[in-house]
Amino acid sequence: MDIALRNIVKKQLLWISLAAISMFFASMLSAFIVEKADVGNWKEFILPNYFVLSTGVIILSSLVLFFIKPQLKKEKSIFGLVFTVLILGILFSYFQIKGWQQLTNQGIYLTGVGSNISGSFLYILTLTHLLHLVGGIVGLCISTIKSKQNLYSINNYLGLELTAIYWHFLTVLWVVLFAFLKFY
Amino acid sequence: MSEHHKENFITKYIFSMDHKMIAKQFLLTGMFMAVVGMLMSAIFRVQLANPGETSVLYNLLPSAWLNDAGGLNPDKYLALVTMHGTILVFWVLTAGLSGTFANFLIPLQIGARDMASGFLNMLSYWFFFIATVVLMSSLFVESGPASGGWTIYPPLSALPQAIPGSGTGMTLWLISITLFVVGSLLGGLNYIVTILNLRTIGMTMKRLPLTVWALLITAILGVLSFPVLLSCGLLLVFDRSFGTSFYLSDIIINGEILHNEGGSPILFEHLFWFLGHPEVYIILLPALGIVSEVIAVNSRKPIFGYKAMVGALLLIAFLSFIVWGHHMFMTGMNPFLGSVFTFTTLLIAIPSAVKVFNYLATLWRGNIRFTPAMLFAIGTVSAFITGGLTGIILGDSALDINVHDTYFVVGHFHIVMGLSAIYGMFAGVYHWFPKMYGRMMNKNLGYIHFWGTFICAYGVFFPMHFLGLAGLPRRYYSNSAFPMFDGLSDINALITFFALAGAVVQVIFLFNFFYSIFKGTKATQNPWKSNTLEWTTPIERIHGNWPGDLPVVKRWAYDYSKPGANEDFILQTEPLKEGEVEH
Repeated sequence: MDIALRNIVKKQLLWISLAAISMFFASMLSAFIVEKADVGNWKEFILPNYFVLSTGVIILSSLVLFFIKPQLKKEKSIFGLVFTVLILGILFSYFQIKGWQQLTNQGIYLTGVGSNISGSFLYILTLTHLLHLVGGIVGLCISTIKSKQNLYSINNYLGLELTAIYWHFLTVLWVVLFAFLKFY
Repeated sequence: MSEHHKENFITKYIFSMDHKMIAKQFLLTGMFMAVVGMLMSAIFRVQLANPGETSVLYNLLPSAWLNDAGGLNPDKYLALVTMHGTILVFWVLTAGLSGTFANFLIPLQIGARDMASGFLNMLSYWFFFIATVVLMSSLFVESGPASGGWTIYPPLSALPQAIPGSGTGMTLWLISITLFVVGSLLGGLNYIVTILNLRTIGMTMKRLPLTVWALLITAILGVLSFPVLLSCGLLLVFDRSFGTSFYLSDIIINGEILHNEGGSPILFEHLFWFLGHPEVYIILLPALGIVSEVIAVNSRKPIFGYKAMVGALLLIAFLSFIVWGHHMFMTGMNPFLGSVFTFTTLLIAIPSAVKVFNYLATLWRGNIRFTPAMLFAIGTVSAFITGGLTGIILGDSALDINVHDTYFVVGHFHIVMGLSAIYGMFAGVYHWFPKMYGRMMNKNLGYIHFWGTFICAYGVFFPMHFLGLAGLPRRYYSNSAFPMFDGLSDINALITFFALAGAVVQVIFLFNFFYSIFKGTKATQNPWKSNTLEWTTPIERIHGNWPGDLPVVKRWAYDYSKPGANEDFILQTEPLKEGEVEH
């Protein structure tokens, strides 16, 4: 298999995987809708402020990724940009955990006697998103090391491109989840 | 990979990345699981024929599964039913069928050296293998394997203390099905990108054999529906292990009031059946793909209505996502919603009828060769019609409620899904055995196998419809506890007779299969005189499939008995003659 075809294949594998992940979250959200309509004791919650911050951070991280390709075209180092995205990714994770802390302060728990199904859904949705994000952070770590070693060029940056696609997907997914949890 | 390379025992037979070897691994594991699942059914059929009595077959079970009188314990009866369903649906008819034929046929029929990623392919099998080990290990835990039915409805699956099978056995079931889904997804991703990208020159989508179309659509179904089962299972794990209440509410066990509040087991059913119904077609479509090929080859005629066949596959796949509610008519569903699901369900009859019509039209006035593969292919069409007709009853909410959870349902789905798919699988094994092992299976044993299986299968499942119409519920340990069903005991005994006879008939197949691998008549390169590319590869297996350049495709796969041709088949690599119109 030649390199061009191999690159296409790898990108398609990723896109189809993203479709599968989307189905996973779509089913979770549909379960949320069904339960909210059915459950008599559905407890309303206020989304933590930290989730607003994390939303801003992950959108910013995606925007930074857009500057990488022009830098590669100019044959300039992309280490700073990739490293910034990595730091923003870690910051997003930190804000998510702080958000959960804020939720427990509100008396909203994942499980236990005082928990409610609405809170359980909130935790599960954000937790599964964060677990997927861990994969993205691993990808960013590898990309950061490779960019430090100047292993990427405009003709050879597939690994970084795949990581970027995955990261953008996580951003869009989080924005959808956030909007859903905020307004539904 | 363009050339064959040296392989040692480990890389050739165990951690192989050759799609053909991986296909054989799926096939052999699937066959092993089929034997296990079949033995389980034989055991619980004996219980149903002779409730509470002992049987020589029970010697296969741990003694703890039997009562003092040597009879089968009721909870272990439920365990056997659950494991039988799980094994047959997922292990045999999903991985055993799709895993075998997608791996074997996709690269060979599209003209590729191998799958897009040999590594992912290998990983897919090993996830499946580990899932198999985990599932089998649940047979050996003290409290027994999962027992709440293959659909694992909560609360039995959500509360470890509910019944014996809800404990460790259920946990192992969930672990194994998660591994299974991961393996299936890895396989599905690989099948899709391989078909989309690695087709050889000239192999346009319009020239793809229908087997490949069916396997492509099956893979898409799997990639879109299995993640839903994962999310469904994840919520279940949280309910079981972490005390959430997604599927639980107002539960009292042994006088203890559980804290769970607000959840609904109906939610589980929605999520489960959103996977569950496409799963029916994940099982069925590969069989229909195989049947399309086998019927065309052995009728010596082009498949009738190629485009309609592809369209029907696509339509069935699409509709399969919007019919799941017909499994839930008895859950208190809004009657209007029920009528919507009835409508979408009955719509599936249209593409199904198109397929059946096209199969029959292909057979019509064909120069039919009744090979064992062809008999099983026709058997698939037969079962698809028989089971499809009763599907119209079960798909209609007003009719379904009369026979819901009775043996009518058991008879229906075993015929339309179980028999159709397993016949398709047998057709595939008999047809492609020469390509897999370079030898022929014994034809006469194949005939005995087919007729024995065909008669016994109808003997088992046809009478079940009458049991169901008489009101006999499924899943009961014993039907002798209710005088109203006493009159049905003879039918139950008859069904058990056919079930045991059918199991014995499969020994003939197993003997034929393994004997032929070593001692069968050596196959020629193209024993069935087929058009498709796999028959242009050398008889001896090489990794890379073709020793030199990849074949170039010049025509579609179904030029059989074409007027003006020298023979009644034309390989896909044969160029069109001057003035010859492509189908």
